[in-house]
Amino acid sequence: MDYRKARQEIVAKNKGARDKRTTLEEAVGMIKDKDHVAVGGLQYTRTPMGVLWEIIRQKKQEITFYKPLMSFEGDWLFVSGAMGKAVTSWFSGGVTWGVSKIMRTFAERDPGTFEEWSLLGLSLRFKAGAMGIPSIPTKSMLGSDLEKIRGLKRFTCPYSGEEMLLVPAVNPDVAIIHSQIADKYGNAQIFGPPCLDIDTAKAANRVILTTEQIVDNEHIRDAPNSTNIPFFCVDAVVELPFGCYPHECYGRYEPAYEKLGEYGQGLLQAEDKIGFVREYLDKYFYQPADFEEYLELFGVRSLLETTRRGRIWPQ
Amino acid sequence: MSNYNPAELTVIMGSRALQDGQLVFAGAGLPLLSAIHAQKMHAPSLSILFEVGGVAPRITSLPRSTNEARSVRRSVATPATIDMMLYLQRGFVDVGFLGGAQIDRHGNINSSCIGTLEKPKVRLPGSGGANDIASSANRVFIISYHEKRRFVEKVDFVTSPGFLEGGQAREKTGLLGGGVEKVITNLGILEFDKKTRSMTLAAVHPGITEDEVREKTGFELLVAEDLKTTTPPSDEELQSLRALDPEKRYLKAGDF
Repeated sequence: MDYRKARQEIVAKNKGARDKRTTLEEAVGMIKDKDHVAVGGLQYTRTPMGVLWEIIRQKKQEITFYKPLMSFEGDWLFVSGAMGKAVTSWFSGGVTWGVSKIMRTFAERDPGTFEEWSLLGLSLRFKAGAMGIPSIPTKSMLGSDLEKIRGLKRFTCPYSGEEMLLVPAVNPDVAIIHSQIADKYGNAQIFGPPCLDIDTAKAANRVILTTEQIVDNEHIRDAPNSTNIPFFCVDAVVELPFGCYPHECYGRYEPAYEKLGEYGQGLLQAEDKIGFVREYLDKYFYQPADFEEYLELFGVRSLLETTRRGRIWPQ
Repeated sequence: MSNYNPAELTVIMGSRALQDGQLVFAGAGLPLLSAIHAQKMHAPSLSILFEVGGVAPRITSLPRSTNEARSVRRSVATPATIDMMLYLQRGFVDVGFLGGAQIDRHGNINSSCIGTLEKPKVRLPGSGGANDIASSANRVFIISYHEKRRFVEKVDFVTSPGFLEGGQAREKTGLLGGGVEKVITNLGILEFDKKTRSMTLAAVHPGITEDEVREKTGFELLVAEDLKTTTPPSDEELQSLRALDPEKRYLKAGDF
């Protein structure tokens, strides 16, 4: 998005500390076809899965998704048509499930659908977006073919004479982020690694926040140093327990490895890869009446098991 | 002499290459095992960093990726991913471990595509943090299974820079990190000629011949004048390593 226009979006925004609680359906309604959407978390940690699930259900099309590292959710977004382009540093199922055949199908047919950056390069694009500047210098990617294919501009520091690369800022239309707790105004407290979410929330023009648990504003004020995202960045708040499932939420539940493995193995063995994902989408995305019915499909045993393995309080 | 498989041998050589007091970026799999093994054997104050945001975690069950809660359990800090990557640029990271689908004579690594990116034969997962580690870690250790299709004359795509075209090319481009110091494989240890920055066989593992390494390398291999033979893994080293991966998820027999 145009740099000046992105600033104007924030200037014009209502920054009131108002009750922003809404439904998943309504929150996702603010995302349009072809929007640029930044996805919080990293690989399969703290993925805002509920929002991705609803984006696919609402049949959004040709969205450009930014995610620092992509996992199987990239398969689902590609095959559903929701994702026109993935901007990421790494795209595969997971180290032990091999290279994503769906990613390969799309990116080998049209290389433009997978825009690769280094992890720091992409992180800095969000940092610049969050800082309100149009670009930022780095020493990463110098001399590599990533510098060439991204067409990055060299920049000589006027003070030191050091050669650097300039990466352009990104200001996505919408960022989707999941936190462990938040209040109804959108003050979000993330536990464990915040990944790129703090910068992403500032860089985006609008933020949809899902959270494991909505807490009272006084609870947030008891530990203000734990608030990573203040209310004025956030536009919608949805309480969504297990909102990252089958991915993980630090301190609450681990990834449902066995369910991810079932998908990964199924995809590996399926002759018709796209057909396999279509069936998966139909069963887990389109058929369930709501997110709770989606979770019911995986079963209470899986929810309990991932919770037992993943909860860290009390120590 | 004990029996050991190629993965175990390589991990132990990786472990020995690490020094106490170092700060290490280690990906899931063999590099992580090397780092934890070094902590147990000879480097108690070595600390591990994970890009997801983990500083000096206590790893009790092996993670499947570097980017999940298991990698950051009992960390002393959980910084944002960008801060983890900026530790590299600032010079904090002594060693970064890397691997890839292709490695060339100048230590450049490809994890992006076979063929060209415009018309890929195989699209691979991509850089992740690898380019940033290769760009700015104080030194890089490559850990790889040694085979001809991996050790190529020229990589199809430079995802992570080694010494680029060789000679002073890396320094001239303005990169900060020291580049690849060692390539640790199941056959031996390779280093880089100071002048040409070409890969040079520095040591072979016990029972491995120079010719065998040459045969499994896809470019003209230089051999150090004082070619060494590594000391085989000791029982103590093997015992300590096997306890880290009792399910043999990473320490399987065969290639890796």
